[in-house]
Amino acid sequence: MRLTGVATLVTAVCFGWAAEAAEVAPDQVKFEDNMVAASLTDAPGNPEEGVKVFVNRGLGNCLACHVVKSLSKEQFHGNVAPALDGAASRWKMEELRAIVADSKKVFGEQTVMPGFYSLEIGDNVRKDLVGKPILTAQQVEDVVAYLATLKE
Amino acid sequence: MKRIVLAALAAVAAMSGSAFTAAADPVDDKLVIDDKEMIIRAPAPEGHPFEEVMSGWLFREAETRATEADSFANPGMLAVEQGEEIWNTVEGSAGKSCASCHNDAAESMKSAGASFPKWDPDSKKPINVELQIDKCRVKNMGAEPYKFDAPEQVALTTYIKHQSLGQPVKLDLASGEMQSWFDKGKDNYYNRTGQLNFSCSSCHEASMGKYIRADHLSQGQANGFPTYRFNTGGMVSLHNRFRGCIRDTRAEMPKAFSDELMALEVYVTWRGTGLSVETPAVRQ
Ligand code: HEC
Ligand code: HEC
Ligand code: HEC
Repeated sequence: MRLTGVATLVTAVCFGWAAEAAEVAPDQVKFEDNMVAASLTDAPGNPEEGVKVFVNRGLGNCLACHVVKSLSKEQFHGNVAPALDGAASRWKMEELRAIVADSKKVFGEQTVMPGFYSLEIGDNVRKDLVGKPILTAQQVEDVVAYLATLKE
Repeated sequence: MKRIVLAALAAVAAMSGSAFTAAADPVDDKLVIDDKEMIIRAPAPEGHPFEEVMSGWLFREAETRATEADSFANPGMLAVEQGEEIWNTVEGSAGKSCASCHNDAAESMKSAGASFPKWDPDSKKPINVELQIDKCRVKNMGAEPYKFDAPEQVALTTYIKHQSLGQPVKLDLASGEMQSWFDKGKDNYYNRTGQLNFSCSSCHEASMGKYIRADHLSQGQANGFPTYRFNTGGMVSLHNRFRGCIRDTRAEMPKAFSDELMALEVYVTWRGTGLSVETPAVRQ
């Protein structure tokens, strides 16, 4: 009984560690030609999870700045930035990953869009958020998978 | 006639706004309060990023604008009345009220609200109306300074600023070291903070006139403070607003009246040079 417990614990720890090791850390993401070629995780992105992250005000909150016509049931789309309808026809998957992970690498330092998987951020970050990107690696992959469905 | 045409235009614009975002331009209208026409657009001072400075009133919904234009409907006028009462109330060991020295605020405070922050040679820093009130309470009345955002502080500040209703904002940057505080405030304005990595200019300059979610972004002017907000059903002081905007970048909030926020107040107030004081302005 005790032994099984310990064994389970050990297995859990190993898997936990393995799962983390498979993630690319925010400061290890490789940007090349406005692209991030490799997935940030092992698991493929899930567009259904992605759209949840996309609309959630505490996570992506992408509608704060972007309109998406197919999401018209969601209230209050901002217009600080271009509508994302057809984004997947304008950008490759690898470019969309780069835009979401750190838009400044694609649009330049002046862009208003936050870097969602970057630690190159503003001063005086709220104490409980220091060292943490806005989204997890998996959430970025999920959002990118959702963006990939926005074809013209 | 002109007003009717304007109103009709505004109605059409409101209806044609899509389900996502309403029309994004500031309205074309006049603001008259107590028979005084407010300056809600003014040519920007030299060195300003915009050509024209614009009151936040121009960016609000019709109902909110109408409430500010009507002093009887404006709930912020309650704070003005409370402030007047405090003005005339004796407090502290010296047995004085504000009125003991300053008499009729309509006369003595007529332009004070349009020219703060001012250089204070005693503390060798800029002070705003809130800090001037504290200075007088401590030095001249033998009373305690107010805690930040104490209802009395907000009411008295609203009352004093309201005496300058309609007067154009103008700071004296030549006095003392105001210029170096202005420079610091400008640095703060353009400095990005927080996990979301925004500066004030990300929203109030680069995205001015656009909608962020449901909020129509104005130039972030200080001329209407303290303002009445429908959202919270109460008055909001300028430093409270600053702290709220900084919190929304997911940064730690600087303390009210800290050097950082005083520098920001000097710079932000200057960005509204020429606009009328509208205290108490009404916001949603
Ligand atoms: C604070 C505003 C803001 C937020 C929030 C925001 N963006 Fe953006 N985004 C922008 C701006 C501005 C641009 C235009 C690039 C530029 O010129 O700076 C942009 C551009 C883009 C583009 C390229 C648009 C195109 O098709 O040409 C994509 C894709 C994008 N954003 C995705 C997202 C996603 C996904 C989220 C949420 C995880 C998000 N954005 C959140 C401001 C924002
Ligand atoms: C004993 C007299 C006295 C009392 C009582 C007093 N003050 Fe003052 N007040 C002054 C003097 C003197 C100055 C100018 C010098 C200074 O800054 O201290 C001043 C300056 C001011 C100014 C700046 C005016 C301007 O145009 O720059 C304001 C605002 C002010 N007081 C508000 C108040 C308020 C509000 C109260 C009550 C809480 C109050 N004072 C009580 C003497 C007084
Ligand atoms: C993420 C966007 C955002 C950022 C960044 C931001 N603000 Fe704001 N601010 C708003 C919104 C939204 C409002 C309410 C609507 C409006 O007036 O623009 C507002 C309102 C204001 C107002 C009140 C304007 C009025 O007329 O009532 C002031 C003053 C202000 N902001 C100053 C600042 C300062 C100073 C900074 C930088 C420290 C800042 N803001 C950063 C979004 C922002």
